[in-house]
Amino acid sequence: MEAPMALFRRVAARAGRPVTLSFEGRAIRATSGDSVLAALLENGALIRRLEFGREPRAGFCLMGACQDCWVWSAEGGRIRACTTEVGDGMILSAEPQLPAGSDG
Amino acid sequence: MADTVIIGAGPAGIGAAEVLCASGLRPILIDEGARAGGQGYRRPAAGLALDMGRLMGAQAGKYAALHRRFEALQRRIDYRSRTLVWAIEGRQLHLLHDGRAGTLAFDKLLIASGAMDRVAPLPGWTLPGVFTLGGAQLALKDQGCLIGSRVAFLGSSPLLALAAGQYREMGADIAVIADTTPFPAKVAALPGLLRVPRTLVRGLGYMGASLLAGTPMLHGVTPVAVQGGSRVEALLLRDARGRERRFACDAVALGYGLKPETQLADLAGAAFSYDPDFRLFLPEIDGMGRAGPDLYLAGDGVRIGGADAAEASGALAAHALLADLGQPQDSEAVRRLTGQVERLRAFQRGLARAFAWPKAQIAALPDTVMLCRCENVTVGEVRAAMNKALGPLEVNRVKAMTRCGMGRCQGRVCGPALQEIVASRVGGDGAAAGRLRGQAPVKPVALAAAGTAA
Amino acid sequence: MSGRTTDVAIIGGGLVGAWTAFFLSKRGLRVTLLEKSVVGAQSSGVNFGNLRLQGRFSGQYPLSLRAQALWEDFATLIGEDCEFEQSGHLYLAYDAEEQVKLEAYAQLSESYGLAIERFGPADLKRRWPWLGERAIAATFSARDATANPRLATPAVARAAARHGAVIRENTQVSAVDRQGCGFALRLAGGESLSCGALVNSAGAWALEIAERFGETAPLFPAGPPQFVTEPFPYLIRPSVQAIDGSVIFRQIPRGNVILAGYPRTAADPVSNRAPVPPGKTLAAMRALARVVPMLAHCHVIRVWSGIEAYLPDMIPVIGPSETAAGLFHAFGFCGHGFQIGPGVGLCLSEMIADGSTQTPLEPFSIARFRSAAVVSDKFRKEFD
Repeated sequence: MEAPMALFRRVAARAGRPVTLSFEGRAIRATSGDSVLAALLENGALIRRLEFGREPRAGFCLMGACQDCWVWSAEGGRIRACTTEVGDGMILSAEPQLPAGSDG
Repeated sequence: MADTVIIGAGPAGIGAAEVLCASGLRPILIDEGARAGGQGYRRPAAGLALDMGRLMGAQAGKYAALHRRFEALQRRIDYRSRTLVWAIEGRQLHLLHDGRAGTLAFDKLLIASGAMDRVAPLPGWTLPGVFTLGGAQLALKDQGCLIGSRVAFLGSSPLLALAAGQYREMGADIAVIADTTPFPAKVAALPGLLRVPRTLVRGLGYMGASLLAGTPMLHGVTPVAVQGGSRVEALLLRDARGRERRFACDAVALGYGLKPETQLADLAGAAFSYDPDFRLFLPEIDGMGRAGPDLYLAGDGVRIGGADAAEASGALAAHALLADLGQPQDSEAVRRLTGQVERLRAFQRGLARAFAWPKAQIAALPDTVMLCRCENVTVGEVRAAMNKALGPLEVNRVKAMTRCGMGRCQGRVCGPALQEIVASRVGGDGAAAGRLRGQAPVKPVALAAAGTAA
Repeated sequence: MSGRTTDVAIIGGGLVGAWTAFFLSKRGLRVTLLEKSVVGAQSSGVNFGNLRLQGRFSGQYPLSLRAQALWEDFATLIGEDCEFEQSGHLYLAYDAEEQVKLEAYAQLSESYGLAIERFGPADLKRRWPWLGERAIAATFSARDATANPRLATPAVARAAARHGAVIRENTQVSAVDRQGCGFALRLAGGESLSCGALVNSAGAWALEIAERFGETAPLFPAGPPQFVTEPFPYLIRPSVQAIDGSVIFRQIPRGNVILAGYPRTAADPVSNRAPVPPGKTLAAMRALARVVPMLAHCHVIRVWSGIEAYLPDMIPVIGPSETAAGLFHAFGFCGHGFQIGPGVGLCLSEMIADGSTQTPLEPFSIARFRSAAVVSDKFRKEFD
C-alpha cells in the first residue's frame, strides 16, 4: 500500500526507544516521546473522520482544547492524539469498529 | 484542614506556587499537561534534538529559568500532572487522572487555566493542514515538527510574524504572512503600544526579518478560502486593494490573538462581564485577581497579558490569597507586581486594539462556511434559525436550536465567531449576543472513568 | 381601564401553553400567550424527549393516546420537523419482582390497544446485541417515540402565531385579577390585558396564580440531571428504560446517546438554577456502561438540567379551577409532561371553546389537594 503524503515534517530528531504502532491497518514507526498526532501526521494527513459526512480531520489546536483529534483504540478506549504519547503496539483507527451483528 | 489548590502549571501557576511556598504553604498544583510550563513554555519530552534557546529567542533565558525554578519547587508542593479538573461543585474539584474520576476538596482555589488561540472561520478551515497558530508553534516546540513544508500564516496578531520567523529558521518556506487588520489601523494603535517599547521593538523586529527574507507580508486582507481536496493546497485571499491572490501552500496557521480558557472560572462561580477591546466575556477580578470568596484567577486564563504578566499575576493572586488567610502583606512586592501586571496587560490590550478581531469579516461570512467544526453546523444554519419567527437571538439559545457550540469542544473554537454572527443580527455591541455558559464536563470524560462501583 | 382584550390569555410558554394557543387560535379564538422568558425554555426545552406510552399512570392513557396521535402528525399539523423518531420503547426488568411489575404494565398498555412484545433473556440479546447481561426480561412498544424538546415548543408556538395567536416572549405577568366574568392581567412594564378565559400553564411558577384564586397544590421544583455523549455509530434504536428508573437513555440518529439522570435534584426557580451534581453524572455513567457495555469508552461531552414542577402523587394538575370559572390549570407534570403536552393543549382548547372535552381528566383535578396529599412511591424514589 502506498503511503499517503505526510502533513508534518520533522526538523528535530528525537533520540529514544523505537516504537511501532498501527493506524488504519498501516504500520507506523515512531520514537518514544512522540505524540500520537505527530507520529500519524508524519506518516499521512488523517487523524479522524467527522461523524457527520466522514470528512477528514487532522487535529487543529494541538493543545487538548479543540477535541478534534480523538482516535479509536482497538483495546477499546479513545485517545486524544495531541496529548497522548505513542506506545509500542498501539492499534488505532480513525473511526470506531462496530460490534458485529447489531441491528438495533 | 483542606488545602490550597492551584490549577495550571504554566508561568502563572508556578509564580503563585512559589509565593505560597515562600510563606510556608504546601499547595497542591494540578496540571492537565504531562510536564510543567503551560503551552507557551511547554517543555518537550526528553530526547528531542531541538535548540530551545535558538527557538525561544529573546525569551530563552526566561524559559530556562522557569523550568529550573519549577524543578526546585517540585519537592515543596504536591504536584499532580496529567490531571484534568472536569467539574467544580462547591468546595470540591472533580478530577480525571489515568482514566479514573476522583475528587479533591479545597479551601482556596487559584485557577491559572491559560489561553488558546482565537480563530475566525473561513471556507476550508477544517481541511487537514489547517492548525491554530499556537498549535503550529507547539508542533515545533513540543514535537520538533513543522505543520507543513510551505506554510501560510493568516489572522491578526504580531505572533503571525514571530511564528513565521521560527518556521523559516527551522527550514520552512513561508507562503505568506497575511493579517486582516489594515496597516493604518495598526499604526493608529501604536501610541498605546509604546508604553512597552522593548516588546514593540521585538515585534517589529520579527516583521522586519520577514520582509528582508522576501516573504510576502500583507495587511488588511480578506480571507477567501483554504483550498484543497483532502488537505490544504492553497490559501486564497483578497488583498487590501481587492485583488484576489492565491498562495500555494500545504499548511495554514490561523491566529487572531489569544482567548482565556474560562470554563473552570465559570464553574467555580466567577461573574463575567463583556470586554469591548477583546470582544470577549471575561471573569471579573479585583486588582489582585480575586474573583469571589476563596477564588483567585491569574494568568492568560483570565486576562491576556503574555508569559511575564501571567507569572506576575500568579504571584499577585497568591499574595491576595495569603492576605485573605491573615498573613502579613509584603506591600512592596504587591506594589511592584501590581504595576507590572497592569503595564503588561495594558500593552496586550493595545495589541488587541491594533490587531483587531475581524468582526465585520466574520459577520459577512458566506452561509456555506462551517462554523461549528464539532457538530457540523454552518453559518447559514445559524442565520436561518435566527431569522425564523420566535428565533433565537442569544448564543445559548442559538446553540439549543442549531447545536452550534454543543459538541466535544463545548464552543471553545466556534464560540467567539458564533458570538459575532449573533451580534451582527441583534445589533448593539458584542455583549448583546450573550455568553456561552460553561458546563461540566470541561473536557470529554469516558463512561468508564466513573468506575464500576454500585 | 385601558388596555388590550383577548379571548384567552395563557400564562406560561411551555409545550402545554404553546399547544393550547395552537388549537385555540386554529379555531379562530383570539389568544395571547405570555412567557416570562422565551418559549420552551425550562422543562419543555430541557427534558429527555421521551414520547413514551409504556408504564404510564392508568388514568392517563386516554390523554396519552390522543397526544401520541398528535405527535405522529406533528410535521403536518405544525409544518416543521422536531426530530420525531418512532423507534419504540424498551422497558427492562432486572429481577423477578420487577418482571411482575413489567407484566402488569404490559397488560395495562394492551388494555388500551397498544401492541407490546415480551422478551426473555435469550431473545433480548438476539434482538438487541448491545444490551449487557443484567436485564432478565423486557417489553417493547413500537408506537413509543422520541422528539427533540429544544425544537418542539418554538415550532408549535410559531404555528400558533401563524393561526393568529399573539406570542409575547420576555413578558412577565405581575398581577392577575377577576374582572366581571373574565380576568384582568397586569404585565410587567405596566401594560394591561383583559381576557375571558385564562390558562395557567406556568410550570414551576404556576402556584402563585392558583393561590391568587384560593387554590393550592404542594408543588416542588426539581431538575433531572441529564447528559449526552459524543456521537457513536447509531445502533440503539429504541428509547430504553430500566423499570426501577436507574437508567433511561436513547440514541439519536446523529449518534449521541442522551441519558436522563437519577434521582432528580432540587432546583431553584427564583435564581433560575437547576444544578447537575457531578456525582450524579458519574452514577448515571456507571449505570449506562453496565446496561450497554459497548459504550464504556464513549465520552460524556455535556450535562444539563432545567426546572420542572413536581407533585407528591406524581400526577399533574389539569383542568378547570374549582374556585374561578374561566380559569384552567395545567402544571406540575412531574417529568412526564412532554408526551402528553399536545393532548393537554387539545383538551384545554375543547374545555375553553366547547365547554367540555371527551377525554376523562378527573384524576388530574386540583381539588384533590384540598385534603392531605397522597405521596407516590415514585416520588419517594426519584428525589434525594
